[in-house]
Amino acid sequence: MLTLEKRPQPSKAFAYLTPVFAIIMTMIFGGLLFMALGKNPFEAILTIFWDPLFGEFASYSRPQLLVKAGPLILIAIGLSLGFKAGIWNIGAEGQYIVGAICGAGAGLAFYPMEAWFIFPIMVIAGALGGWAWAMIPALLKVKFQTNEILVSLMLVYVAEQLLASMSLGLLKNPDGHGFPGSRNLKDYPSAFNGEIIAGTGMHWGVAAAFIAVIFAYVLLNRHMLGFSIRLTGEAPRAAKFSSVNPNRIILFCLGMSGALAGLAGMFEVAGPSGQISIDFNSGYGFTAIIVAFLGRLHPVGIFFAGLLLALTYIGGELAQLTLGLPGAAIQLFQGMLLFFLLAVDLLTNYRIKFSRKEAV
Amino acid sequence: MTGTLLTIDGLTKAYPGVVANDTVSFEIKTGEVHALLGENGAGKSTLVKMIYGLVKPDSGSMVMNGEAFAPPEPRAARASGVAMVFQHFSLFDALDVAENIALGMENPPPMRDLAARIRQVSEEYGLPLDPFRTVGDLSAGERQRVEIIRCLLQDPKLLIMDEPTSVLTPQEVDILFETLRKLTAEGVAILYISHKLEEIRALCDHATILRLGKNVGTCIPAETSARDMAELMVGTELQTPKSAGATLGDVVLDISGLSMPSPSAFGTALKNVHMRLRAGEVLGIGGVAGNGQDEMLLALSGEVRVDADALKLKGEPIGRLAPNARRALGLLTAPEERLGHAAAPNMSLTENALLTGNVRKGLSNKGFLRWGKTQSFAEEIIEKFDVRTPGPDNAARSLSGGNLQKFVIGREVLQEPEVLVVNQPTWGVDASAAASIRQAILDLAAGGTAVIVISQDLDELMEVADNFAALNEGRLTEARPTKGLSIDEIGLMMGGAHGMEVAHVDA
Repeated sequence: MLTLEKRPQPSKAFAYLTPVFAIIMTMIFGGLLFMALGKNPFEAILTIFWDPLFGEFASYSRPQLLVKAGPLILIAIGLSLGFKAGIWNIGAEGQYIVGAICGAGAGLAFYPMEAWFIFPIMVIAGALGGWAWAMIPALLKVKFQTNEILVSLMLVYVAEQLLASMSLGLLKNPDGHGFPGSRNLKDYPSAFNGEIIAGTGMHWGVAAAFIAVIFAYVLLNRHMLGFSIRLTGEAPRAAKFSSVNPNRIILFCLGMSGALAGLAGMFEVAGPSGQISIDFNSGYGFTAIIVAFLGRLHPVGIFFAGLLLALTYIGGELAQLTLGLPGAAIQLFQGMLLFFLLAVDLLTNYRIKFSRKEAV
Repeated sequence: MTGTLLTIDGLTKAYPGVVANDTVSFEIKTGEVHALLGENGAGKSTLVKMIYGLVKPDSGSMVMNGEAFAPPEPRAARASGVAMVFQHFSLFDALDVAENIALGMENPPPMRDLAARIRQVSEEYGLPLDPFRTVGDLSAGERQRVEIIRCLLQDPKLLIMDEPTSVLTPQEVDILFETLRKLTAEGVAILYISHKLEEIRALCDHATILRLGKNVGTCIPAETSARDMAELMVGTELQTPKSAGATLGDVVLDISGLSMPSPSAFGTALKNVHMRLRAGEVLGIGGVAGNGQDEMLLALSGEVRVDADALKLKGEPIGRLAPNARRALGLLTAPEERLGHAAAPNMSLTENALLTGNVRKGLSNKGFLRWGKTQSFAEEIIEKFDVRTPGPDNAARSLSGGNLQKFVIGREVLQEPEVLVVNQPTWGVDASAAASIRQAILDLAAGGTAVIVISQDLDELMEVADNFAALNEGRLTEARPTKGLSIDEIGLMMGGAHGMEVAHVDA
């Protein structure tokens, strides 16, 4: 008979091992899934995890790794602060969109002027846009105790409508022959978020993600505010006893995650994507939730989790192209990763005991 | 009265790292009150859980009424006539009395019949209870009556009671004892778990004493002194905390007209509380659980803000200040609930030292944490208060209740407070840890700190407090010197018998 026994304290070893277990189990069950779809499971797994880095087209796909991982890490770092405090911002996708609209809008307002200060203004506008969008659930929660999960999630759909309206109206390219979508910022040097080092995929958004990792690490481990965030998540009553104002934590965490998501959107629209269009957003805000948990809500863990998820994105696309795997199968595969992570996560706090059934 | 109801023979139960019960044997006779004595962790709970079918023994056997008795689950135990009143009630606040009782029954009768039976049983045994009242509105004593009636409806042969008097006033205890005596007169045996020795001497026919899982002796409580029983329980001679008898100084804490609604739905509001506390004074606040003790602590700690002038620390209004601002001025508190309120269970002791120590110990600099200094502070607490743990990196939840309580009290004491407020400082703590916590409180007062001890343990309050006041439905009585107070007077201060009546012995 299997029984679960609570450990006297969380196992350090398992905290590091569970992501590895989760990845292995995802490979096994993902392989079975691909087999059921009539594909060679080993080939599929190899295409997803190996080919993007070392395969035939690796020189194209390798820079993509940073391009995709950058926004994921940036958003996930912000989300992890809230998650640590038990504040569930599910609407990073919406904040990402609004950040992109604000950032692109601020840049396009100066078109066609060329000046050094345009890009920094776009960065600030993007962060502020995401922040403001996240402040809606934050203020509603503080004032009326609404559920931030629902409010932030529903605001994603509002943001999508806003995005459509912007690409069809206010931000539509006047020289675009009536096609929806804004001017392409790649053709506007002052606003373009180009690669810092050519051929690596390293743009300013990736740099911002690295800075965010370091910032979050220092905040959580060396600063009273970070301690208060962790305490609020661990024991809300103890946090109040310790003089933490829960409302301030809510405003900070949601605001911070919104600003980082907004930044990610802004860097994306000014760089890899180039323009505001109806289908500009690609689910980074939702995938970042997986990244945050896969990284154990730890900044360094999130860094690696972001790279891993980016890999499955790129590898997944490759598998769709070369093996004809359906896109839904790839999404299922990514979902499995979170599913197995949460499942084996149990082992951090509990140990499994095998015992024979006791005689009655 | 002479037949043996339950024979327990060599029961052993081991958990990883600890033998909870080691070949425990004793007998319970029909119609007797049998006391099970022992410190926290002595194995009392494990033993009764085995009798009640919640835990299966590793070895050993039980015989009930001449038949082998090995209940695989509580239902089987209940079918054999074993009923149990738990220390922590398992009642649903939002349901009424009859509904709560029906939930615990195998085949509940229609609600109207059940209500009639509840009325009948409650009158017969002097436990008045309206079956249609919502449990959330009942006092702790009344909730216990619900549990007892739930058991009585099963016509038990053996009634197990786990620390039943911890939530009762002295008068309510007397009434409970009348009820229990009436039950034994009808042939019901009672297994009575407690560590209150005077009660056991007044009530019980036999006592079995457990220490570290072993049966270390039996005695007839009426013929044994409380001190002898205590020493059997602890295994060593008891150190009685000694007060240095400091002279009282100026008023440091002045509470006037403090009223506060309870932050929880079924809590008790504080109503117009007045109190003055002088330097070096230990004020004991007694009262039955749920009469505003938790709210009192929240108001003093600053977790709930009150009128600025309702609380004055050395003349300065502090009612609207946050906990840390009060700590800076010297008002420190230690809540009752250790895990989750006074300490964060999953965080290390070092992090838990930071939880309240930041301001007074200077554990951060412009918001940046000084982990080295924090760890030294945690190590100091561990060393000075003899907290048994491998080190400050261990999680709070890995400590036993007594050790964590020593850590929590030590954390506040070492910050040299002007005023210290503790709620239930020795609840669930073994006797030696309790003695050292009480000694720390007395030493602190001797050094000129004013201390408020909120507790339901009257013996503890009598031992440490200079003055005594009681909370009753959110009102605080006037403080009176502890010396010369009789148990009767204390009981009346705590609200008397709350309208309970003695069992109709003739019924």
